[in-house]
Order: sequence, then C-alpha cells, then structure tokens
Amino acid sequence: MNAKSDLPQGTLDLLILKVAALGPVHGYAIAQRLQQVSRDVVQTPQGSLYPALHRLENRGLLAADWKETETGREAKFYRLTRKGKAQLEKETASWLRLTEAVGLILEMSEGGAE
Amino acid sequence: MSWWHRFWRSKQMEEQLEKELRFHIDQHASDLIAHGLTPADARRRARLDLGGPEQVKEQCRDARGTRWLEDFWQDLRYALRTLRKAPGFAAVALLTLALGIGATTVMFTVIDGVLLKPLPYPAPDRLVAVHGHTATWNTALYGEQNLAYYDFLDCRRASSSLDLAGRVYDAGMISEPGQPEHVEEYQISANMFSVLGVPLFRGRQFLADEDKPGGAPVAILSYALWQRRFAGSSATLGMAVVLDGARYTVVGITPPGFRPEDADIDVYKPMGQNTAPYMQNRGPHPVGAIGRLRPGASLTQAQAELAAIGHRLAQEYPKTNAERGFVAETLRPDVGDVSSTLWLLLGMVGMVLLIACANIASLLLARAVSRERELAMRVALGAGRGRLTRQCLTESAVLGLSGGVLGVALAAVGLRPFLTFWPGMLPRAGEVGLDWRVLLFAIGVSLLSGALFGLAPALRVPARELEQTLRAGARSVVGGSRRLHSIFVIVEIALAVVLLVSAGMLGRTMLQLSTLNPGVNIQNVLTARMALSPGTLADPAKIRVAWRDALDGARRVPGVQAVTMVDTVPMRQGNNQIGYWTTPVKPAANQQPITLASCVTPDYLKVMGIPLRRGRFFNDQDRLGNESVVVIDDVMARQAFGEADPIGRHIWIDMGSDPATVVGVVGHVRHWGLAGDDQAKVRAQLYYPFAQVPDGLLRRWSELMSIAVRTGIAPLNVVEPLRRELRGSGNDQVLYEVRTMEQLASDSLARQRFLLLLFGVFAGLALLLACIGIYGVLAYLTGQRVPEIGVRMALGASAGDVLWLVLRQSLGMISLGVAAGVAAAWEAGRLLERLVQGMQPAEPLTFAIMLPVLVGAALLASFVPARRASRIQPMLALRQE
Repeated sequence: MNAKSDLPQGTLDLLILKVAALGPVHGYAIAQRLQQVSRDVVQTPQGSLYPALHRLENRGLLAADWKETETGREAKFYRLTRKGKAQLEKETASWLRLTEAVGLILEMSEGGAE
Repeated sequence: MSWWHRFWRSKQMEEQLEKELRFHIDQHASDLIAHGLTPADARRRARLDLGGPEQVKEQCRDARGTRWLEDFWQDLRYALRTLRKAPGFAAVALLTLALGIGATTVMFTVIDGVLLKPLPYPAPDRLVAVHGHTATWNTALYGEQNLAYYDFLDCRRASSSLDLAGRVYDAGMISEPGQPEHVEEYQISANMFSVLGVPLFRGRQFLADEDKPGGAPVAILSYALWQRRFAGSSATLGMAVVLDGARYTVVGITPPGFRPEDADIDVYKPMGQNTAPYMQNRGPHPVGAIGRLRPGASLTQAQAELAAIGHRLAQEYPKTNAERGFVAETLRPDVGDVSSTLWLLLGMVGMVLLIACANIASLLLARAVSRERELAMRVALGAGRGRLTRQCLTESAVLGLSGGVLGVALAAVGLRPFLTFWPGMLPRAGEVGLDWRVLLFAIGVSLLSGALFGLAPALRVPARELEQTLRAGARSVVGGSRRLHSIFVIVEIALAVVLLVSAGMLGRTMLQLSTLNPGVNIQNVLTARMALSPGTLADPAKIRVAWRDALDGARRVPGVQAVTMVDTVPMRQGNNQIGYWTTPVKPAANQQPITLASCVTPDYLKVMGIPLRRGRFFNDQDRLGNESVVVIDDVMARQAFGEADPIGRHIWIDMGSDPATVVGVVGHVRHWGLAGDDQAKVRAQLYYPFAQVPDGLLRRWSELMSIAVRTGIAPLNVVEPLRRELRGSGNDQVLYEVRTMEQLASDSLARQRFLLLLFGVFAGLALLLACIGIYGVLAYLTGQRVPEIGVRMALGASAGDVLWLVLRQSLGMISLGVAAGVAAAWEAGRLLERLVQGMQPAEPLTFAIMLPVLVGAALLASFVPARRASRIQPMLALRQE
C-alpha cells in the first residue's frame, strides 16, 4: 500500500469524469475501474469518491439515474452531461499541458539552464 | 435539481445516499468473498476501505451545497424549541418587541406615505411646477407666486419642452339637482388630466374648444361628489347640473381618491370660459401652473426656455411684466409643517424600541451566561465557534422576526385609528398604507433589533479557557457580563428619562397654553361660512341687501344675542395678510410691514368679546362715501406708531388709494391659535368695515364671508334654526364649515395634545420596560450571588446589610442612567422647543417632578430581588455550592 502515491489535488474529479465518459457507471464500478486502469499505482481513497461524485453532480457535470445492475440490484448510475464533457476536454488539455511542462523541466540536464 | 429542490427533498436525498453507500459496501464485500474472505471479514474490510460510512455521508452532505440551509433549519428548530421551553420570557420579549416594532412601523408608514413617496402620478419626476418670480415677492409669507392667465397662455404657446396645464381655485354652489350645497371648484385647462397622466374614471376630459370664452358649458365631477349626490349613477354623464346659477353638462368623473394638491375638489370647469376681469389682464396672477417635460426635454431646458419667455414678455408688457420672470422646479407634494412632528414621533417610538431591545438583550445575556457551561461543553466536543455564534444569532433573529411579524400585524390594525386620530388633516393621508417598502422596513428593523440584542450573548460563546469554564460551573458571573448588564440597564433608564422629561415638558406646555387668553371670549360663539344665492352675486347693490337681510334674519333666531360678518375667523384656517404703510410714500412690496386684515361688521367686538382699548369700533355711519376707517389691535398700534396715540392717524393699505383713519384700538386676538400665535411671523391685526368694501371687490369678498353669532344658549342648538332662517327666498343660500369658537380654540392645540398623549403613553411604556429590565437584571445578578451572600451572612452580615448590598448595586445603575438621561433629555428638550409650536423650554421643575417618579419606580423594581436576597438561609445557600 505504501508504494502507491497519493492522487494530486483535483485530479480525482478529472479521472471520474474520464471514467464516466465511457458510459453510465455506478460508484463502485468507478472505484474498481480507477484501481484497475491505474494498475494499482494510484491510491483512490474510496472515502473521497462519493463526496466527489456528489459535488460533480451538484455542479451539473454528472447526471445520475437509478437503474438495475446485471445482478438485479438497484444502483445509482452516473453519466457525463454535455457540460461535463466540455469540462473533461478542457481539463484533459490543461492536464496534458501541465505534465508536458513538468516533464520538460524534469528532463533538463543538470546545468542545462546555462 | 436546484438547491431548494434538494433541500425540500432532503429526506429522500438521505435515503438515496444511504442506499448508494450500502450498495457499494455490499458489492465490495461480495467481491472480497469471491476472493476467499469470510463474509464477516469481507464486510469489515469493505467498511474500512470506504472510510466510515457516517463520515463519508457527512462529506457528501457538504458537497450537496445545501449545508448552510440545513444548518439554518436546524438552528431555527432549536431556537423555536428553546423559546417554547421558556414561555414567560418568550411572551415578554415578543410583546415588547411587537409593541416597539409595531409603533415604529406605523410611524414609518406614515412618514413614507406623507414625506417619502413620490406623487401618485405616472413618471412624477417629469412633472414640474411653474411659478412667477419678482424680486419684491415675499415667498416666505405668501408662498409661490402664481401666473397671470395671459402669461400662462403665452408660456404654454411658446414652450417646446413643457406641456403646461393650469388651474384657478374657485368655490361655488351646486344647487340642482338636489339641495344647494357648497362646492370647492377648480377651473382647469383642458389638458390638466392628460398632463398629470390621470385617466378619468368615466367620460372624458375637456376639449380644447371648451377651454375658450363662449365654449359649451361642461363640468367634471369628483368621484366623491358623484357618489354623494348621484349615488354613482351612470346616468350622471350628460346630465345637467346647476353651478353658481348656470347650467353645466357633466362630461366626466374623476377617479376615486384623486385629490390634486391634496385638496378636496368637487367640481372642475374649463378655465378658458372664465371671463372675469382678473383673467383679462396681466396684473393679477390667479393661475397655478404645472407642466410635464416633453420626451427628451430636460428641466434645465425648460428653465432656460421659461426665462427667455419671461424676458420677452417683460419687454412687450413693461407695465405689468417688467420685473417678472418664470421659474420651473420639480413638482413636489406640499405637506406643510407636519414633517417635524412625524420625525419627532419616529424618534420617540425608536427610543421605545431601543429600550425593548436593551431589555431583551439583558434577558438573553442572563440566559447566555447560565448556558456558558453547556456551550463550553459543545466547543470541547468539537462544535465550531462560528457555528455556535451563528446559532445564537439565529435564535435572536427568530425572536426579532417573530416580534416583527406581530409588530406588522399590530401596525396593520393600528394604522387607520392612528390616522383618524391625527389632529386635523394629515396631508396625503390617502397615500399612507402598508406596502412592500413598509414590509422591507419592518423586516430590516426586526433583524437589526435581533442583531442588537443578540450580539452580546452571541459574542459570549467561549473560545479559550474551556477547562476553567467547565470547572467553574454555571454559578460564576464574570465581571464582564455584570458590566454589560449594567450598561443595558443604564441605557434603558437614560432613554426612559428622555421620554419622561419630554412628556413632562409637553404636559407643562399644554397646561400653560390652555390657560392662555385667546383674546376672544370663546364661549357661546358659533361661526359658519355662508354662500349667498348665486343670483345676487352679479350686482353689488343686491349683495349688500342680501347680507343685511342675512344679518337681520340671524338676529331673529331665538337664542341669538348678536350677529356679525367676518372673513377671517380667529384660530380658523385662512387669513388675509396685507402690507401697510403710515406715510404717503409707498415702500416697495417686500419692505412693507404686514398685518392681518379682517373685514367685519359693527357687532364684531360684541360677538367675539374682544375688549376695546381706545377710541371706538365701527358703526352704521362707516360706509362708502364717508371717511375710510380702520381699527387696529394693540400689537399693530405699537408696531406702527410706537408709544404715540394711534387714534386719528392715517394708514395706507393696498385696497384703495386713499388712506384710512384709525378710529380705535382693540385687544390682540390669538389668530394663529393658542399655541402658534406667539411665534407667528405676522401678529399685527387690522379691521375694516364690510360696508366700506368697494363695489368692484364685493363679489370676491362675499365669497369669503362667514357669519358669527353670540348665543345665550348652547351654540350648536342654533345651527338648524340658523340654517333655515338664512336659506333665503330662493332657498339657495347655504352655511358650511360650521364651528363653535370653543372647537376652534381646542383644535388649535390639537397637535400639542396629540403629541402629549403619545409621549405620555410611550413614556409610561418606557418606564414599565425599564422597571422590568431592572427587575430582571437584579433578580438574575442576585441569583448568581446567592453563595456569596450566604458566606456574607454566615460571617455575620444582617438582612439589612444584604438588602443594602443589592440596592446599592441598583442605585449605582440608576444614578448613572439618570445622569446620562438628564443630559440627553436637555438636548431633547431643545429639539422639542424648536419643533413644537408654543413649547415651553425645559426647566428644572419638570426634571424635579419626573425624575423621582422614575427613581422611585426603579427602586421599587429592585426592592423585590433585594428582599429575596436578604431572606437567604445561609446554610442552604452554602450547600448549594
């Protein structure tokens, strides 16, 4: 567990939006998906998942419906709204820009600043 | 889902949250079981991984965005619960608040309607008043100058920025159909209603063709007259009415409540049909003019334009217009002198509200101090300080708003009686009413009061030294809170002193004023205005005969001892202020001394009981053709001639070119009322005989005349016989505005009496509240000191010592409060002197009478807790610790 790194601030929302973009999905599945996709590298604190989901729903980036799962139980399925989609694209772009910049700085050879 | 939606469905939201989390845990657990864990371990792991369902839930609630509302809701219910638990406190607090807020709201409603609201016409800021302006015109004395009719027409024609309308005030008689009745009339330009933007209730306004000499005789009736005389019948339109002996066709009815310039006008006639001499030249100026700025035009443009027109007219007609200009200003309602009284009353009820707030604050504070331990406990358990402060403030806001709701209800019930109770006519009374502005004010005041009395307790929420508070228990009173309590009591007492002393000053003023000699003998005198038969008015000779017949007729009525005519009755509305001079050279108009001229007949002194000081009064020889004579009062004698004997001296007035000879001096009459006369700007009085009024003025003078009779029986008993006797041969002469002199004298003090009553009531209320405050605070403080007192008694203090101990504390507060109050009351007294007519200055006697009342009551209130303290059983008290 200790080998996993903490999720940088604000990225949880981005990841949730990304997962929800693939189709309606309930909370537990999002947690599973995040864990699988990040190959157990990123620790998704399940405790902060639900507050994040509710916050995103509150902001209109996600919409939710109660539907039956394949096992026949009722679950709350989240899906991306139009507004959420726009937000996802925006955040993805800015995330890529940021990581690119950080990468560039980190790859700089020592003394390269001269 | 919007936030209020989510809030209203919060129960459902809670259920769904619960269901969602349960699903997560169940799924996780079943996955773990599939991986080989036992069901019990799997569930435990799942719950741990989620991180505690309750905490997650709390975070989800935060994420919902309705947290503040839910907290507020919770606080609200908590506040209502605590109030319900202390019904006595809640009742006292709510009642005092409701009274305070109710009274303040009533006063604000009146002020709003009378002083603050714009005129009740569309786009009132586009309306302007147009006045004449000459350098020698005394505006302070005569008000704004009206326009000559021809000047009005020229201004209207030449102005491109203003749509001008005019009116001439008139009065007359409607005699058919039905009984003859006096009516107030406006002669208006055809466009008056369209300029004001007021649509007629029925029918139409006048046509331009009707607003000309020789136009079709048409009239518009007021809604009130229409209801009164025609029972609101729709057949009235097109009907003929007889006004001043001529037949007019009714073409319109004004909307209900339409009162131009706050006057009760009954009938409107076209101004252009008036061909009287005063409309035919530029000398007299009878036309009051208003205008509406045309779209795009500004007031400055209109002013510049009017100035140019004035300039041109001055060149064209130098004889009449040489120095006359025209000015325009935004039209404002004329409310006379009520504003000072209104603000005074608002200040007074505001003070009562403050006292109520101080009272509740100290009661709340007492509770807050005893709850200190509970609060400290809650802080220790993790409640945020801000959250607790918010809770305290919510509680006081709830109290404030509940008091406000009750207060508005009180105001709604009390407003109409208050207005009816207002002495005389309150200007714009019809526009006074509860509306959203008033509600906003009431809410504001309620919340402000809530903040005022809630802040001190709220700030007591403990932050540091929790441990100490918790250990000390609820029985300790920290010095700071004792001081705060004292401050509230001191403020209450100081405010009560101000109100009591003000009430005392008003009471003394009333006593003083009502013993003043009005200058006339007010007992057994009846006055009434009288309108002659319209048929007589055209011929001066007929007019003189008609009046002589009227006087003879009135003399025949049983119980009548003497009869006179008079145009301006003392202490009644209406006066005739004219300039005079005592040397042949006429001074400029604004340099002339002013006197109140009254036109009377020889028996005037006998009817009014005015003493003759020198010379003689009028007799039947004083008529046209003989020497012009006047009689003056002793004030004018001193003003015009100093110590010299005025008899035989000459006085010039603007009526004729010849001087009049002074033949007598009579006593001064308090024409401006008992209260107002001493400070009046014009006090000199001059009488001239009706018989010497020139023929040309006779018609106008007749319209202003009243008849006054001295009776040997109760004056109201002669009203009906007098009415019958004076009907005249055509049955079309009427009496109106019937008053006894006693009524007029009493009415002249009505405002002072009204203020005295209100101040008296509210000062009493303030005294009561202050006593409740002192009692409450002392009872509380003494209660807190029970163990201390127990120790003192155990150590040998006597009951008397303890009594003194408590009383000393209250005496300290009382004397500080009185000291502050006396200083404030002195200032308040000076304010009253400035604002209330005839007010007696504050003097030590008033203080000497009012202060013991307050101190006595306050000591009485503190005596109860002091006595209770002195009866404490030391052993019981110590065991309590």
